Amino acid sequence: MSRKVGDVILDVQNISLAFGGVKALTDISFNVREHEVRAIIGPNGAGKSSMLNCINGVYQPQHGSITFRGKTFKHMNSRQVAEMGVARTFQNLALFKGMSVLDNLMTGRNLKMRSNLLMQAIRNPFGIGPAEREEIEQRAVVERIIDFLEIQAYRKTPVGRLPYGLQKRVDLGRALAMEPQVLLLDEPMAGMNVEEKQDMSRFILDINDEYGTTIVLIEHDMSVVMDISDRVVVLDYGKKIGDGTPDEVRRNENVIAAYLGVAH
Amino acid sequence: MAFFLETLLGGLMAGMLYSLVALGFVLIFKASGVFNFAQGAMVLFAALAMARFSEWIPQWTGIENKVLGDVAAFVIAALIMFAVAWLIERLVLRHLVNQEGATLLMATIGITYFMEGLGQSLFGSSIYKIDIGMPKDPIFVLESTFQGGVLINKEDLYAALIAATLVALLSLFFQKTATGRALRAVADDHQAAQSIGIALSRIWVIVWCVAGVVALVAGMIWGSKLGVQFSLSTVALRALPVVILGGLTSVPGAIIGGLIIGVGEKLSEVYLGPYVGGGIEIWFAYVLALGFLLIRPQGLFGEKIIDRV
Amino acid sequence: MLYRENGQFKTTYRADQQIFPILQDRVVVLLFVAFAIVAVPMLASDYLLRAILIPFVIISLAALGVNILVGYCGQISLGSGAFMAVGAYGAYNVIARIPGMPLIPALLLGGFFAMLFGMFFGLPSLRVKGLYLAVATLAAQFFADWMFLRIKWFTLDNSSDSAAVSNLQVFGYALESDASKYLFCLAFLIVIALAAKNLVRGAIGREWMAIRDMDVAAAVIGIRPMYAKLSAFAVSSFIIGVAGALWGFFYLGAWEPAAFSVDQSFRLLFMVIIGGLGSIMGSFFGAAFIVVLPIALSQALPAIAGLFGVQISTSALSHAELMVFGALIVWFLIVEPHGLARLWSIGKEKLRRWPFPH
Repeated sequence: MSRKVGDVILDVQNISLAFGGVKALTDISFNVREHEVRAIIGPNGAGKSSMLNCINGVYQPQHGSITFRGKTFKHMNSRQVAEMGVARTFQNLALFKGMSVLDNLMTGRNLKMRSNLLMQAIRNPFGIGPAEREEIEQRAVVERIIDFLEIQAYRKTPVGRLPYGLQKRVDLGRALAMEPQVLLLDEPMAGMNVEEKQDMSRFILDINDEYGTTIVLIEHDMSVVMDISDRVVVLDYGKKIGDGTPDEVRRNENVIAAYLGVAH
Repeated sequence: MAFFLETLLGGLMAGMLYSLVALGFVLIFKASGVFNFAQGAMVLFAALAMARFSEWIPQWTGIENKVLGDVAAFVIAALIMFAVAWLIERLVLRHLVNQEGATLLMATIGITYFMEGLGQSLFGSSIYKIDIGMPKDPIFVLESTFQGGVLINKEDLYAALIAATLVALLSLFFQKTATGRALRAVADDHQAAQSIGIALSRIWVIVWCVAGVVALVAGMIWGSKLGVQFSLSTVALRALPVVILGGLTSVPGAIIGGLIIGVGEKLSEVYLGPYVGGGIEIWFAYVLALGFLLIRPQGLFGEKIIDRV
Repeated sequence: MLYRENGQFKTTYRADQQIFPILQDRVVVLLFVAFAIVAVPMLASDYLLRAILIPFVIISLAALGVNILVGYCGQISLGSGAFMAVGAYGAYNVIARIPGMPLIPALLLGGFFAMLFGMFFGLPSLRVKGLYLAVATLAAQFFADWMFLRIKWFTLDNSSDSAAVSNLQVFGYALESDASKYLFCLAFLIVIALAAKNLVRGAIGREWMAIRDMDVAAAVIGIRPMYAKLSAFAVSSFIIGVAGALWGFFYLGAWEPAAFSVDQSFRLLFMVIIGGLGSIMGSFFGAAFIVVLPIALSQALPAIAGLFGVQISTSALSHAELMVFGALIVWFLIVEPHGLARLWSIGKEKLRRWPFPH
């Protein structure tokens, strides 16, 4: 890991989330340091996605708060979070199936685009109004991401027609298009074979290296987690059972018990 | 006060009829996830069939007994509705199995147009009478409490009774018979029902048949009150607010929703109407339903719609 | 062979992002537009203009508006007739009550009133969607029906309960002939269609489509669902309102609220579905189809019946129309749910390969 890890950028304090009688998260606290790669692991149903959803404003926790860059929030609003520079990918790929790859990535630039409705309506190649110039500028930014993710051949293809591995890359690309400071990745390697996983790991590390983006990632593949993460949080049944470097967590008895079961 | 009660009761009676039509919507939606916009056209079609056959049977067979003729007309109309249900499943539904709700809705609108055209071609487009022997005279109740009593139409009372009987029969059907149980299973979860061997297409035909019979009863009652004519199909548009208010997936919702809308329409027309020029029944019902929607998007009794990310 | 893109390399993003990037497309469209502007008024008979072309131009504008809301933003609306009505009555009141009001601003004001109306009745879209939203838009439809029928102010308190316009002129030039009316409406169509195409291929268009495809994910990217949905309602109802004003002024001449009833709403929805949801081109296809169909039927059916020596009465004809209409809707939905626009692009795909089979 070449980039120096900085101060705490995201601090999750005592988050509890319940759906009716089901307690998804109970009193979870951990922090994330700037520029690091933080993994969240745990058996299925541990509440990992719910945790990301709380950070992201998709779910509102009943208790607890989240501090981002010094500002504390009890309830996050999705758009606010996006404006603050947090982007994410989804476990089940929330891509816009009706649009091409290029258009999907361009939606990620939405926050940066300034032309209002009227200007967009009179868009023209003659230089009147800012809309055409802005589209071209944003297109250039998105094309750099397309180059980075090596999906040039597919840019005009409707995403619904792409194979799963490529769709995952588009999901990542859309999150990257938001120029995030923190990137939440929800099982980015699910359903991939070994080569695809290597590609994806390379992308994630490159993003962390080149742009200094802080990465919070949910992943099941232990070898990947141990390889690329700086620190790991372990959840089980909505509770935190481990927090530390990959080596510390690997030796933690509670973690071993949760994954492998305890001998009776 | 007596007048208010009369209006209220009138509203309840009208509401009962809306409930009948709404019931057809709910049945089909529950079992197949299809919002059958054609329910109104089915009401019309069924009523037309019954009206004309009750004329034609005496003509063709020389049977003089009115009751026999009417019952035969009812049975024939029911059989026609079964045929319609089967044809719709075979020709339309089967081919649209995996499409989104909007597509299916549009298809049922297409079916509506088709049935309106077909119904009028086969049965004619004038106004026809259905006379099932319902007494038309009014009765007065509560004469001791209010001077002159409160006026109720006997016809409305009988209609309410018929509707109530139908609902009771349907409940028995759903709860006590094996087919009813299968229908409830399909309504709950298509895939699970299929996995235990329930044939979806057969179930759908049955559901549309039941909805067809419900449409027939509704058509019979409406037709007896208003005469059977083309505008009967706009009954669907009158019943939509009911379905929204009650919740698309709820039978009790259809009933209670119908009563609320019926009362709401009548009261608003009588008490608010004169101030704003009258004729506000239709949009008042919609605005009422809209108001409920904003507070409870799934309707009074409907299932909450959860979006999974 | 003819439709190859070989050699058409784009070296700038600007070139790649044009409305018609393929040269052949651009040529054909420009030729077609030129034909529509120059040749049609000269060649078409008055009947053709009045019965087919003028209504086609106006109603495809309305279909365009509906497509923006339903096709691009995914908000089902059954209240388009009401938006047309607000546009028509709005423009009518402006022209009738303000002496010396020029025509174009009056029409645009009609659109503006329709926009406000549409945004108000679009508010439920922030809470509900799908079928429930469709029912909410019906509230708009029935409210407008009642409003223009019962509130006499809208028809200038005249005794006939209808609105009528005459002596339309623009910049001092009287729009008397069918050809001039046709060109006036066509001008509106071209300008608004261009603006609409710009909107749907730009940032707001992507926002609309994002909301349509997955509104939760859209929020996470930073798209505000409220802004996107209300802007879709606003733009859509503005366009539909202008179309409504044109419909009343240039096609009907005089009208009553029934001209903009729920039947009109359904007609517009069918145009958009048959033509292709989420496609500007599709709106034109759908409008052409729905405008031409009744006329084609009224010619074809008696002819076919004549072959069998059978006479068809007018009522039988209208019933047959309903049946054919309904059957066609169902048929389209089964065979090609993405409409004529999809068939068109499949056709173009085949043309790319022609004369080779694959």
